Amino acid sequence: MQRFIRWFTIIFIVVAVLAPVIPQIVWSFSFRWFFPDLLPTSWSLDSWEYVFTDSSRVGESFLNSLYIALLSCFMSILVGLPASRAIALHEFPGKAVIEWVLMVPIIVPGLVSTLGIHQVFIRLGLTDSYIGVSLVHLIPCIPYFVLVMTSVFANYGTLLEDSARTLGANPWQVFWNVTFPGILPGMTVALMFTFLISWGQYVTTLLIGGGKIITLPMVLFPFISGVNYSNASAISLIFVAPAILVLVLTSRQLGKESSVMGGFGRL
Amino acid sequence: MRWQLLIERLRIPLMLFPSLAVLVVLFGGGMLFGVGQSFGYFPIIGLTDLTFQYYIDVLTDPNFFLSLWLTFRIAFISTFLSCVFAIGFAMVLRHQFRGSQLFTFIFQIPIPIPHLVAASGIVLLVTQSGVLSRISVELGLTQVPRDFPVMVFDRNGIAMILTYLWKEVPFIGIVVLAVLQGVGPQYEEIAQTLGANRWQRFRFVLLPLILPGVLSTSIIVFAYVFANYEIPLLLGVRHPTTLPVLAFENYQDPDLSLRPQAMAVSVILAVLAIGLLVTYKRLARLAVNR
Repeated sequence: MQRFIRWFTIIFIVVAVLAPVIPQIVWSFSFRWFFPDLLPTSWSLDSWEYVFTDSSRVGESFLNSLYIALLSCFMSILVGLPASRAIALHEFPGKAVIEWVLMVPIIVPGLVSTLGIHQVFIRLGLTDSYIGVSLVHLIPCIPYFVLVMTSVFANYGTLLEDSARTLGANPWQVFWNVTFPGILPGMTVALMFTFLISWGQYVTTLLIGGGKIITLPMVLFPFISGVNYSNASAISLIFVAPAILVLVLTSRQLGKESSVMGGFGRL
Repeated sequence: MRWQLLIERLRIPLMLFPSLAVLVVLFGGGMLFGVGQSFGYFPIIGLTDLTFQYYIDVLTDPNFFLSLWLTFRIAFISTFLSCVFAIGFAMVLRHQFRGSQLFTFIFQIPIPIPHLVAASGIVLLVTQSGVLSRISVELGLTQVPRDFPVMVFDRNGIAMILTYLWKEVPFIGIVVLAVLQGVGPQYEEIAQTLGANRWQRFRFVLLPLILPGVLSTSIIVFAYVFANYEIPLLLGVRHPTTLPVLAFENYQDPDLSLRPQAMAVSVILAVLAIGLLVTYKRLARLAVNR
């Protein structure tokens, strides 16, 4: 009985996960696929050829998405790493309040704030710029980065750093040879979240980018709503590729180290 | 010597400063600006008198409540079902069996996939001429697309809920799974020795352990769905639409005088989200401690 439930659940999971993915792969290669055929009656590479033309703007928007996401990751490390360490390893007055403030963007809907920022950025000349878009993406990135990194730092502790210091290592050596390799596996997971949050942003980019900075979701959207499923599917698959790559690189940490995901239990 | 002391004192504030500055200045600043506008402070078009008028306008519009109910219903159903499925799947995947690592990997696939791509896949699956409809023709259940139930652009928002489920079940599931695999079988074995049956072992041993993770992730999921813009825009009916879409449409209207109303809708959205989540957390604590 237990075996039956197990395998029934497993089959359900596999089918449910793949069900929306496989039609996209088939659609991207299909030329004619009329109702009620289960497979296309004729195939073509038209959509894939279209995707690689300049006029589709897929290549340009891919690079834009990548650039903005990497910029968001870089800024997350810059501002998030010290804060995570302070929270994980130090006690100080007002800690609870500060932890709460850092989590606000994932709880409070950001729409008011984004609309407000838009108008402020217009005046500061930050709209239509990469840095402006990345800054707005950074807002939802910080909480996830800090959430994961706080539990990584807490789990890692200071024991090894203290030993290194006792043995005469200078602060830079301690960081580069001891702390950094120790937190790196956890940080890849934190960066995965950061990258993906930025990578998937639609409305913030639309607003702050002002239509000048085109990212992948903005190219994809009109094809889905315009019922051009072949092109929509081809672009979807390109949109997903780096995300899957990121998952393959981090899935070991995601599944194995409970300390990494444990951060989500403390919100 | 004094310098060193000063630096030591300032160390923690300096570590916290960059991220707090980004959030307070950007998020807080934007919020303040938006809230100000919702109360009628909009100097660019010559409005500087504070007023509740825009809130009254919004709250006396019956469309607003239709949108609010839709937004809440979709967020609630998506979050609740996500938790149920996530816990169920994690309970199965926590065991070591042949292929368990592979299946855990497959289970995680939706996590990195953008919501828009998930939505696009769900559309291909559940429209009246989609894959499921074709399969149902093959099975002889329906003949034409019209026979298949409407799931996209429907009032119930089924395609939206399916999209969110596909994305969020693995997210909650992976957090639950991490806890369950970290615990190991000892607690359950002890409970079993003491005579606890299968349900009691789940209810009194495992559930208290996974509940903090479920609570936090369900808060994240609810807040996300409640405030999401692109999924309802893509998969929902135009009327009634969800609150974020309503707010954004008013905001993008060339008529600038609609902006304060857009801001009022988004402020109400934010206040409701905070209120609901605080209540939820309180209730959950009560339920656990009982």
